[in-house]
Amino acid sequence: MAVGLQHYLFVSLILFALGLYCVLTRRNAIGILMGVELILNSANVNYLAFSRYGSGTYDGQVFAIFVIMLAAAEAAIGLAIVLGIYQTFQTIDVEAAETMRG
Amino acid sequence: MSGGSLGDVLFYVIAAITVISAAGVAFSPNIVYSAFSLMGAFMGVAGLYVFLAADFVAVVQVLIYVGGILVLTLFAVMLTHRIADVRISNRSVGALPSLLIIAVIGGVMGKAILGAGWKTATAEDAIRGVVEGQASVWPPTQTTYAIGNAFLNEYILPFELASVVLLAALIGAVVVSRKELKD
Repeated sequence: MAVGLQHYLFVSLILFALGLYCVLTRRNAIGILMGVELILNSANVNYLAFSRYGSGTYDGQVFAIFVIMLAAAEAAIGLAIVLGIYQTFQTIDVEAAETMRG
Repeated sequence: MSGGSLGDVLFYVIAAITVISAAGVAFSPNIVYSAFSLMGAFMGVAGLYVFLAADFVAVVQVLIYVGGILVLTLFAVMLTHRIADVRISNRSVGALPSLLIIAVIGGVMGKAILGAGWKTATAEDAIRGVVEGQASVWPPTQTTYAIGNAFLNEYILPFELASVVLLAALIGAVVVSRKELKD
């Protein structure tokens, strides 16, 4: 069976499920951020697959670049917050960091 | 994918690398191994982008994800862990309810993927794209020119907003992670 749109969608679905599992089960803040990155990557695979097989335009690729840009901003801010939490609580377990102001 | 069985085999190999690496990210008990598995997942996804005729996005993926975000993540891992106690560094809880939720969501989405009857691009769409100046040949052989044009024409507002967002993220990251001065 030739590789088509549905193959990419299934790869993307598996990536999304693994990322969601990561986000739901991890109690380590960096692990949660890794799960978010996996989910964003799965969304990007979808964008490019539909761009390639569906529309015949470049819009999906442009959107994918915007998603990558926002993921970079998210990672920078998220990891800065993680470092701030670590300085305050000496741990990055999200259940230990319960107060807004340590 | 354009026909050939070699391309199909390559697709399956790259997809397998991606999925196995992502599984490593999700299930590894050691956060450092998770971070390195993430590199395999990002590279595999970049390979998929190449298969999807998105060469520029693939290069951007390697540069920003592997070169930027992954290095940042590894820095954060190294800065926030005493490497000696890695055994408990990636505790995960509530695996069973999570798996249940994911099985339900994945089942619904998988059924949607199989049953949707996707209308894929035809020769007419390709001709229309050529007429409207969006693609000279479809699938495209190189995309950088078209993406640059799109950024500076129809997507100029989000493009400019993106620069503001990046500036805000830059300043925000510095402000959040600096040590507070006691006065």
